Amino acid sequence: METLGLTINGEAVEVLIDPATTLQQFLHDNLGMTGTKEGCGAGLCGCCTVMVDGMAVKSCLVLALQVRGKSVQTIEGLAPEEILDPVQQAFIENGAIQCGYCSAGMIMSSKAYLQENPHPSESQVRHALSGNLCRCTGYHKIVKAVLSAGEK
Amino acid sequence: METMDTFKYFPTKTVNEACELLSQYGQEAKLLGGGQSLVNLMKQNLVMPSTIIDIKGLSDLDYIRYDKKDGLRIGALSTHRSVETSDVVKENFAMLAEMERTLASVAVRNWGTVGGSLAHADPASDLAATLLALHAQVTLTRSAGERVVSLDDFFVDYFETALQPDELLTEIHIPNSGRGNGFYYKFAQRATDLAVVSVAVYLVLDPDAQSRCQDIRIVMGSVGPTPLRSKRGEDLLKGQAITGALIEAAARVSAEDAQPTTDTNGSEEYKRELVHVLVTRSIKEAATRAAAP
Repeated sequence: METLGLTINGEAVEVLIDPATTLQQFLHDNLGMTGTKEGCGAGLCGCCTVMVDGMAVKSCLVLALQVRGKSVQTIEGLAPEEILDPVQQAFIENGAIQCGYCSAGMIMSSKAYLQENPHPSESQVRHALSGNLCRCTGYHKIVKAVLSAGEK
Repeated sequence: METMDTFKYFPTKTVNEACELLSQYGQEAKLLGGGQSLVNLMKQNLVMPSTIIDIKGLSDLDYIRYDKKDGLRIGALSTHRSVETSDVVKENFAMLAEMERTLASVAVRNWGTVGGSLAHADPASDLAATLLALHAQVTLTRSAGERVVSLDDFFVDYFETALQPDELLTEIHIPNSGRGNGFYYKFAQRATDLAVVSVAVYLVLDPDAQSRCQDIRIVMGSVGPTPLRSKRGEDLLKGQAITGALIEAAARVSAEDAQPTTDTNGSEEYKRELVHVLVTRSIKEAATRAAAP
């Protein structure tokens, strides 16, 4: 077991973990933060997307120990005190949600991208979200939601 | 859910520290950069190292330096994303930045490292094909010293490189040839997939006769155990005036030189035809770019 200290959604956390734990397993299984889902587990679907020091990463392919001392943001951290993030609000307003399995990852990727480029074009949004799969195929409304969040 | 066997974990801060650990644990250890390939293999129990030496924290190897004479030097721990967004890369090696935009997805490029990608040696690697076209070489470091190896000699077989168990890939160097330009053409089913077939061409025009090809590299990805050069295709064009007929001939021999296998992405025949088309288009685009002022 190894000691892991990091910040999750602004809160300092220190735990003992098995080195063979991915960041996704750590968040989902060890901490019970079930918003960060494992879809494919191979870095293809994007359901496990979280931000590390403001950058989108696939938490299923990152060892938890690799984010020692870093700041991790998950979907749970976007709406403290239940006030929704503008990106979440835009997803609701645009009906950019069907079964919901991909939503957390979609929103985290969108959030990271909008921080980098607050007013993207449609093709830029599609490129930025190419690593997030929606198996309901609801891409059109998701792109619309991100564009509308970018306008705010 | 896929799980990994547990392992001894050593985070490192310096190249020396990593080399020391490598010389101690060599055969049983795996170096971990961003892990975008390795963690995936470990989760499927295809690779089960008893020791992980984590080199992601080697900030000394996270750099991109450009000098007109010396060319481009990229530290092995630079992320794909930093290569993609680097101004000196975009200005001087546009095909390298463009290639990065086709490599997996933003989140993978944010964490994955260029050194790790080369050491993984997937024959479908976008980075490997592009760097091979750009005449790149790599520095391999061990406790006792370092050696520089041309990428031509680095890739040995499927997922196999010239790296010895106690060596660490520390730097990628592209000696700038100054006048050349190139193009990376990736054919994939979905935006974030590995290539079905890819082609990287880098071309230098004769400074005294702009229609003449002085030097060219034609590299094909996903069609053999390593990224492959079509040296016959290159030889057809070297020193010659570039004509449609010559490009067609080079593309034809490239398709012969490719070693594709039939798989779920397509038949051998289909992939050879793709090589033919992609090489044709890539040479044309590289020549157009090289001729642009």
